[in-house]
Amino acid sequence: MRREVVVTGLGAVTPLGGDVASTWEGLLNGRSGITVLDDPRFEDFPVRLAAPAAVDPAELMPRAEARRVDRTQQFALVAAREAWRDSGLAQLAGTERAVPGERLGVSVGSCLSGASSLFETWDMLREKGPRYVSPFTAGRILPDASASWIGLDIGAKAVVETPEAACATGNDALRRGAELVRSGKADVVVAGGTDAMVHPFVISAFISMRALSRRNDEPELAARPFTRTREGFVIGEGAAVMVLESAEHAAARGARMYARLAGVGYSSDSHDFAQPDPTGAGQAAAIREAMADAGLEPGQIAHVNAHAASTPQGDLTESIAIRSVLGAHTDDVVVTAPKSSMGHLMAGAGAAESMAAVLALYHRVVPPTLNQDDYDEEIALDVAQKPRHLPEEGELAALSNSFGLGGRNVVLAFRTA
Amino acid sequence: MATYDEILRELPQIINKVAGTPIGEITPDKALVNDLQIDSLSMVEIVLVAEDTFNVKIPDEDLKDLVTISEVAGYIEREQA
Repeated sequence: MRREVVVTGLGAVTPLGGDVASTWEGLLNGRSGITVLDDPRFEDFPVRLAAPAAVDPAELMPRAEARRVDRTQQFALVAAREAWRDSGLAQLAGTERAVPGERLGVSVGSCLSGASSLFETWDMLREKGPRYVSPFTAGRILPDASASWIGLDIGAKAVVETPEAACATGNDALRRGAELVRSGKADVVVAGGTDAMVHPFVISAFISMRALSRRNDEPELAARPFTRTREGFVIGEGAAVMVLESAEHAAARGARMYARLAGVGYSSDSHDFAQPDPTGAGQAAAIREAMADAGLEPGQIAHVNAHAASTPQGDLTESIAIRSVLGAHTDDVVVTAPKSSMGHLMAGAGAAESMAAVLALYHRVVPPTLNQDDYDEEIALDVAQKPRHLPEEGELAALSNSFGLGGRNVVLAFRTA
Repeated sequence: MATYDEILRELPQIINKVAGTPIGEITPDKALVNDLQIDSLSMVEIVLVAEDTFNVKIPDEDLKDLVTISEVAGYIEREQA
């Protein structure tokens, strides 16, 4: 029999808050974390919008540690420690009930590790010479640096991995984490995504791609998924991390189970680097696979946490993909798009949004999507405009979609524990 | 030129800034790696800062023989002379 995977711990640093509770509160209350940057480096930019993290992660860790790692890893470490404590496993460290390192893994990714460190190091190199390049530079900029630092922090010895799937990296890391638990490679995997990409280099790159909203005068209205006036996404930053655990292991220690990570689905469009296949076929394949993996029929899906970045083609394609799989049941599914309030956390996005889907099942309420005042009739989805309660009784299932540049599609299916 | 005592007072400040080790724990008899658990990259940075602070060179082949804080301080005192 296949090992079941449950979510037993959550941690997050997002534009809405420095932890899970404040992030969830912000989502439910429809707060916006999007703002205009007053950083002079963005002065001449046609886009000065972003969703910076609500807290400075460096303030939440020892000073010496904060200066050793990049902001990317600061977010990851803060979120991982919250998830680790939340699971109850941190409290078992040093006791005979602690998870042995050989049964403990990490699967954490980022789209771009250490952008700030890369340029700071380059400036230092040119100004002062090679002697002043920090010995910690590799530990800031390697793609797997966040996973490695978390692994060191919790003592993971079974596996430390860094899946990479552009904007779908967070979901891909959770997908890999679930597979590691299922395969028996580990009993517990700390999994998620992190990024600190509110940087002039990154924002200029996405401006050139014509991917970003330019609504500088009304930042809280800029991310407007599914509306006729959507024009692009808003870059955010932060991390979200889950503790994934075999159901047997979690039950044996009496752990709280938020939900089951019951199915994973993934595919590649092989269509265009920046645009999704407009038929939605690639995304639909991932959705279908996740549902089949979880043993779910269309009529069992109560909620979809959409990728919906607020791009003209992306949101439409996603709605086509959802309807092509769920058919007439689409009308019974409550959809929400957290990027309307948090912006796009890049690798943090899939992880934070899957966390929102997990909490929606756990609390049986779906947080609203902001700025739904000129809904695009071409998109036939039931998008939550205020908190929407799910049935109080019975088993529920939710999908969390993440789609990335390069046509990378990763969908997770969660079921109530 | 710093005296041995001055070096002994300054080294804990450097180690604390780089590695976060509480200053009270950094006594002359402590071994940097085995007692204070200074990791490899922090060690590199501590040496770099110490070299700049005291205007000395601590080559890797000498560093491997410097185990305790007092040995490092003694080495720096001799080298700056």
